[in-house]
Amino acid sequence: MSDVIAQATGLVKTYPPRDKRSTPFTAVNGIDFDLHRGEAFGFLGPNGAGKSSTMRMIACVSPPTAGTLRVLGMDPAVDGRRIRARLGVVPQDDALDTELSVRENLLIYGRYFGLSTQHIDDQATRLLDFAQLSEKAGERVEALSGGMRRRLTIARSLINEPELLLLDEPTTGLDPQARHVLWDRLFRLKQQGVTLVLTTHYMDEAEQLCDRLVVMDGGRIVAQGSPAALIAAHATREVLELRFGIGEQAAALDKLRQAVAGDRIEELPDRLLWYTAEGDAALAAAHTLGLTPVTALVRRSSLEDVFLALTGRTLVD
Amino acid sequence: MPTTTAPPVMALRFYRYCWLHYRRNWKGTIVISVANPLLFLIAIGAGLGTLVGSDLAALGGVSYLAFFAPGMLAAASMQNGMIESAFPVSYHRMPGRAYPVAVATPLEPVDVLNGHALFMAVKVAIGAASFCAVMFAFGVATSPLAALVLPAAALTGFAFAMPVTAWAVTLPDVRPVQTLFKWVVMPLYLFSGTFFATTQLPEAAQHLVALTPLWHGVELCRTLTLGTATWAGSLTHTAYLSAMALAGYLIARRNFRRHLHP
Repeated sequence: MSDVIAQATGLVKTYPPRDKRSTPFTAVNGIDFDLHRGEAFGFLGPNGAGKSSTMRMIACVSPPTAGTLRVLGMDPAVDGRRIRARLGVVPQDDALDTELSVRENLLIYGRYFGLSTQHIDDQATRLLDFAQLSEKAGERVEALSGGMRRRLTIARSLINEPELLLLDEPTTGLDPQARHVLWDRLFRLKQQGVTLVLTTHYMDEAEQLCDRLVVMDGGRIVAQGSPAALIAAHATREVLELRFGIGEQAAALDKLRQAVAGDRIEELPDRLLWYTAEGDAALAAAHTLGLTPVTALVRRSSLEDVFLALTGRTLVD
Repeated sequence: MPTTTAPPVMALRFYRYCWLHYRRNWKGTIVISVANPLLFLIAIGAGLGTLVGSDLAALGGVSYLAFFAPGMLAAASMQNGMIESAFPVSYHRMPGRAYPVAVATPLEPVDVLNGHALFMAVKVAIGAASFCAVMFAFGVATSPLAALVLPAAALTGFAFAMPVTAWAVTLPDVRPVQTLFKWVVMPLYLFSGTFFATTQLPEAAQHLVALTPLWHGVELCRTLTLGTATWAGSLTHTAYLSAMALAGYLIARRNFRRHLHP
């Protein structure tokens, strides 16, 4: 686990202005990280946090503007080809040729890696089985559902038996069932020893899949650790969610803040979040104050709460 | 374990993809790239052309068909060069399409460019060859130099394909490509000496036309076909078209790197 597979120090990505009227845009603003062999590592953050730009630099398809980056012990600026030969990439938009068949997509991709047709054929059979797509091998990609396409993209990314698999928003746009199938497949890969790096703005995904993660916001890393450690450090054990009738929330918030000194209470447009060790006790206290919420829910803290505590904003707007 | 290999081998990997993709898409372009020019050749050269008196001084003392066919060959080749570059490059460079996929593998942007450029060259040559076959069947060629008209036409098409490739890889969508065809391809097609001798134009316009690349392609193809080619003229035309192809290629190398590995 201590074997570092990728490492960044002071990593910066600034894009040049798109036209004469715009200014350069810094997407990643000086981040450090170590990725260890065999782990599942997550970049968590809202859209525009710099997750995808970071992934593109690790994938050696976007040169860093400043800082140092080593992937598989090599410098992407010098050995981009050699590094990419050992990576697997699952882009956000699938990037499949929809006019070609499932198997042809694998064939083309395998050829880019210089694999023989025979080898690709053997691999394709195995990978399509893994991706639960064996019956679709001869079909055109345009006939596949979103979940199937994503599984095919993952199968494709494994054709060169990569040591490091990069997944950019792997389940965005998929229905809940398709997400769970995908998580299962990714979990199996992890068990086989493939190092997974993924970006996501779903905290449940990060909690399910990641051993360690960094929380990004505005191009910087604002926190890092295991999901459990982050929750322990930045949130309470439980959260009480209170919803009030229209126009009653502001008054309730004032009342709670006056009565409860020690606990943090966050206000969202539609509800209040009361961070507390004992949710049921807090609810009883609210009733004692004469508050009558429309609904009340006690739940465990999640990474969403961590993100809210760190940035004052929710992950998915 | 996959091994990395020499750049020409890498380029061929993308070239093979182009053919596989084309096998699914050939119906979309076969009419405009092969059938249309041949219909023009027959309808205008062999049809309308019979209404034009032969041995006109302006045509250089040949039949209208013999005058028109090599000009049409050059113009069709230009159009093929543009069709093979503008639409596919601006299409493939978009997120989720072939270029970004290929450059996430051991292929570099320049490998993708080289592979696709080779495919364009082969496609332009095939289009020119099919046109030449019909042209020769009409008995238009009167000189052994006509054997050189196929590479001349292919060069004409490739000379257009390279700068257009360099431009198309920078486009966010395909809309500007339609503008190109309306405002650049069409005027060149009509006024570069394809349909009539440019000596019939006012003198100032003649000078202007002589600066346009298609005119050089038309002159090169026509003089070779009719056996009136001179060393000086042919070398000038070839140098002009080669320089255009080379400049376009070099800019494309830079643009591919900038836009595919931003």
